Amino acid sequence: MTLKEIKKLLQAEVIYGIDKLEEEIQWAGGSDLMSDVLAFGKPGILLLTGLTNAQSIRTANIIDAKAIVYVRGKKPDKEGIKLAREKEIPILSTKYMMYTACGLLFSHGLPGVSKIQNNK
Amino acid sequence: MSTENGLSKRFEITGGDFGKAGEVSTKIKEILQEIGIDSTIIRRTAIATYEAEMNVVMYAKKAELTLHLTPTKISIRVYDDGPGIENIEVAMQEGFSTATDEMREMGFGAGLGLPNIKKNADRFKISSTPGKGTALDITIYLNQAGKK
Ligand SMILES: Nc1ncnc2c1ncn2[C@@H]1O[C@H](COP(=O)(O)OP(=O)(O)OP(=O)(O)O)[C@@H](O)[C@H]1O
Ligand SMILES: [Mg+2]
Repeated sequence: MTLKEIKKLLQAEVIYGIDKLEEEIQWAGGSDLMSDVLAFGKPGILLLTGLTNAQSIRTANIIDAKAIVYVRGKKPDKEGIKLAREKEIPILSTKYMMYTACGLLFSHGLPGVSKIQNNK
Repeated sequence: MSTENGLSKRFEITGGDFGKAGEVSTKIKEILQEIGIDSTIIRRTAIATYEAEMNVVMYAKKAELTLHLTPTKISIRVYDDGPGIENIEVAMQEGFSTATDEMREMGFGAGLGLPNIKKNADRFKISSTPGKGTALDITIYLNQAGKK
């Protein structure tokens, strides 16, 4: 799924990266907890989050995330946008809440990164 | 600073400074990218370094981080002069955390950082003296044949 399709599905606003909407996204994950993102994120992931501080973008950069979607109409501050531009990480903002945003993407075929661990 | 044995760089991390938290790891990632190291190795190094840096920001006053790169491996050492860790075995467990509400609001404090460093490193040593500080030694091999 391309970022352009994701933007359309989530009726999202592009905060940074209007020229990068052709990028293909393979999988996504949603969390406000960067600890989880660092431990379970995969390279190339689309990160959906409600956390808008600088760490959300730094974390995305560290794990090689492809783009960030902020949910519930949230947006990072100027400092965050500057960082996203420096690291060339596209940023979108959707009015949908986390559950709905993830559900929309998942039901349209974008898989998650979770692995079910059986405790053996 | 370049030496015959590779590249050595020293960074300082300031505790409590959430605005800057992650800058050193971001910088280290840039350096490794410029050198042209394999992206999987960079990612593992960056994640381990970032977790260590966040711990310094959250729990210690300040730390010195050194990056040492040789033709065979990347070494990251982080020495802080924070409160130290009472029981390392417990701290290494997934889910153990003494993070405050403020830290959780920042998106951290799930007790996953130290285990995640171990997971991403080929070799990981941690030692700590309560009241004095904590030292981490992270090694990632460049030639991954036969390694994880
Ligand atoms: N440098 C340090 N100095 C003092 N205590 C530390 C240090 N690093 C970790 N600890 C202690 O070990 C605990 C576990 O650390 P760990 O990084 O695994 O989890 P966390 O930092 O609490 O949460 P997360 O890393 O998931 O954001 C911390 O809550 C803290 O009590
Ligand atoms: Mg931690």
